[in-house]
Amino acid sequence: MTSGGLLEPEVAERVLARALAAGGEFAEIFAERRGGQTMSIDESRIESVQAGDEEGAGVRVISGGTAYFAHVDGLDPADLERAATEAASALRGERREHRPLTAAATTPQPVERRPEDVPAERKAALLRELDERGRATGAEIAQLTASYAEARREITVANSEGLLTADDRTRVRIGVQTVARRGDTVETGAETLGGHRGFELFDGDPGTIAEQAAGKALTLLDASPAPSGSMPVVVAGGFGGVLFHEMTGHGLEADHIQKDASVYTGKLGEQVAQPLLNAYDDGRMPNEWGSDSIDDEGAPTQKTLVIEEGRLTSFLYDRLCAGRDDVASTGNGRRESFRHLPIPRMTNTYIAPGDAEPEAMIAEVKRGFYAASFAGGQVEPATGDFVFGVSEGYLIEDGRLTRPCRGATLVGNCLDALAAIDALGSDFEMKTGICGKGGQRVPVGTGQGHVRIAAMTVGGTEA
Amino acid sequence: MIELATRAVEATLAAGATDAEAYAASDTGREVRVHDGAVESLTAATQRGVGVRAWIGQRGGYAYGTDLSDDGVSALADRAVAMARVADEDEFAGPPSGGEPAATLELSDRSVVEWPAARLVELAIAVERGGLDADPRVVAVEQAVCADSAEQIAIASSSGVAGEYESSSCHAYLQALAEGEGGKETGLGFGLARGPAGLDPAAIGREGGERAASMVGAGKPQSRSCPVVLDATVAASFVSFLGGALGATAVQRGRSPFADRVGEEIGAEALSVHDDGLDPEGFGSAPFDAEGTPRRRTALIESGRLRTFLYDTYTARRGGVSSTASAGRGSYRSQPAVSPSNLVVTTGALEFDRMLAAAGDGIYVTDVAGLHSGVNPVSGIFSVGAAGRTIRDGALAEPIREFTIAGDLVSMLKAIRAVGAEARWVPFGGSVSTPPLLIGEMAVSGS
Repeated sequence: MTSGGLLEPEVAERVLARALAAGGEFAEIFAERRGGQTMSIDESRIESVQAGDEEGAGVRVISGGTAYFAHVDGLDPADLERAATEAASALRGERREHRPLTAAATTPQPVERRPEDVPAERKAALLRELDERGRATGAEIAQLTASYAEARREITVANSEGLLTADDRTRVRIGVQTVARRGDTVETGAETLGGHRGFELFDGDPGTIAEQAAGKALTLLDASPAPSGSMPVVVAGGFGGVLFHEMTGHGLEADHIQKDASVYTGKLGEQVAQPLLNAYDDGRMPNEWGSDSIDDEGAPTQKTLVIEEGRLTSFLYDRLCAGRDDVASTGNGRRESFRHLPIPRMTNTYIAPGDAEPEAMIAEVKRGFYAASFAGGQVEPATGDFVFGVSEGYLIEDGRLTRPCRGATLVGNCLDALAAIDALGSDFEMKTGICGKGGQRVPVGTGQGHVRIAAMTVGGTEA
Repeated sequence: MIELATRAVEATLAAGATDAEAYAASDTGREVRVHDGAVESLTAATQRGVGVRAWIGQRGGYAYGTDLSDDGVSALADRAVAMARVADEDEFAGPPSGGEPAATLELSDRSVVEWPAARLVELAIAVERGGLDADPRVVAVEQAVCADSAEQIAIASSSGVAGEYESSSCHAYLQALAEGEGGKETGLGFGLARGPAGLDPAAIGREGGERAASMVGAGKPQSRSCPVVLDATVAASFVSFLGGALGATAVQRGRSPFADRVGEEIGAEALSVHDDGLDPEGFGSAPFDAEGTPRRRTALIESGRLRTFLYDTYTARRGGVSSTASAGRGSYRSQPAVSPSNLVVTTGALEFDRMLAAAGDGIYVTDVAGLHSGVNPVSGIFSVGAAGRTIRDGALAEPIREFTIAGDLVSMLKAIRAVGAEARWVPFGGSVSTPPLLIGEMAVSGS
């Protein structure tokens, strides 16, 4: 992609000039066309079939550390100028000049089969297959819902430093949720498959995720209440990566760091984990859910080593925070849409695999907890307190998984838990997530192999 | 706005739908974020869009967009009809029937329009100062935010719905940071009103500062089963979870722990909860719901007994009952779905100090985390991260954090021993008014 995408260069120049009419060190236009389609199946019936299209722009002027931001629906020159006028309306300074725009080429993630070119009936057929496969997994599957979503975001960024660049992003995702029932016992299971790519993502055998979602619910029918108290915890690969996302990733976002509202503030270069641990944020992983070719400020995405052999090596920056620390943006300035300001966000965050065999990691635990999958997590970066809801867990007794457990939550503190990671498996898997921060939701990838934490609080309901 | 909605309905019928409904929304809003006495960001927002439901017989489809020209609306109408063709037939699908709103509500405050942005900035700075002044241990405010908005909503349908209204709202909050032995602690303070003139910035700031300071030096409690007092913000989270489980969609599709239990005792006698879409204090109030059905008051739980579920048009048809006007939607980008308007827990007689005395030895929970992942809405089983204070000899003692409270919703409602006397409106995950609740026993997991 080499053109100005959604913005004519001369229109963009005029809008930037208007944005800087009353001063400001920096001005930026973020133009976006977004559209998508979703549908679901519930009670074996295709429903909630929906499509939408929106376009609009956000104009930002930065002056003395303050961001003045206005957004409008529509991409007509008049809409853009209205946003620029509104953004500049609180400024009272002298007109500033912007640099002439030069288009910067980008290479969007490859998409083989555009989802919008696939007939809606084909998507409905995919959902019916998920429904049948999930229900066929066991007679005790009482309910199944599955959803399909495709979204395309074409974005163009132009700024007063002369940058004009664009990206074209297509994401598809399916999800399955099941309910299993035996007498009065009710359990649920869920699984998702998604990527920054086209409908070819479903070329393999997507029906397996329905079987996995059903399998989780069926397994839990035999579960007993989870134990309570502090014990060793082994976390499985894939969505287990939400552990690192919450425990460390959020705390490395530079906005928290600069406000001294992260437990990692001042710890750059320090040993925060055992030497076996290496971790990355990588916005360039091919076709991964959290990947983009540029971030939402036009900076190229990159692979950032955040922890090297246990030592903290980098924070995650957007443009504004990078300027304050006098470093370059790490390509982590992301926003939910043209209606939002960019802030430092993760892309695909993961702990690199180690060399332990997952079975051996479990075999070394006398009594502990095995978290096979999480429903999600949350962290307060300032205190470092985190919480994870376990959707599929097992008790470890004498080095073996003995029984499934329901209703477990893991709680702890970032620095303690990160330092307590004492074994990393040689397996590796990435999973898709939707991360919320400051009222903005963005797609993120999380990943890891098996990870063992020497001690963590498991909060169950066992008497 | 009603003109736009009507035009969209006509376009959808012209595109081949047998029935159509359009929901048009427009809003303007402002948001100020301040830190350390300076403005971090000042946002001015305008948005306007329309969402259309099309039915072809008993198949329904949805499309939304921001291109409101005749061509844009007509393209949107075509898409809605195309979406309907993909859906399977559903005998209960069809347009809402509407009705006359029972009341006129005053939902707008002039200060949203009259206050210049500079005054909103002053308010946010006053919130931050209130946090810093609350306690010497408050070292910073991570962010203080103040935002207001005014919106217009219009709904029209081929089945006779035609209505519009305006409303405004304003909120402010802060995250205060206190420091002391054991590191940093955070505290949230918030307030909401119809306009900025209705907010008390000093009180909002003080709440955040005091909450943060009260947590300084927090340790971990022992794992045990004990009485738990939920403060109003935490109680609201559980009430909101309860409201979801009482939605007819979850009930009819076998995904609610309360299915088939109307008329039964599902909670302690002290518990009464109603949904009131017309409560003048409630931020979920409107003359009609998201598909044009006049809002009303619905008793959900009376003295512990389950009275009814919440219904929109679809679930009401399917259940053979009337809609409780419980269709909600986040914006024109989403189809209506069953959700509470304002959930109100009837206050009891027990003042806070007496509630602590009644608890004796237990735990006072002021914050919960991980509700989106730690709660199973189908089974009602939950385990969430928590923070608060120890209750010893009937009074608040040392702060505690990094523990979980766990149980299941049905048992928890039955274990309610007392309902507090002082209610508060809480806007997280819906609009809820509730006092603190004393739960006789809950599982606490710490060290």
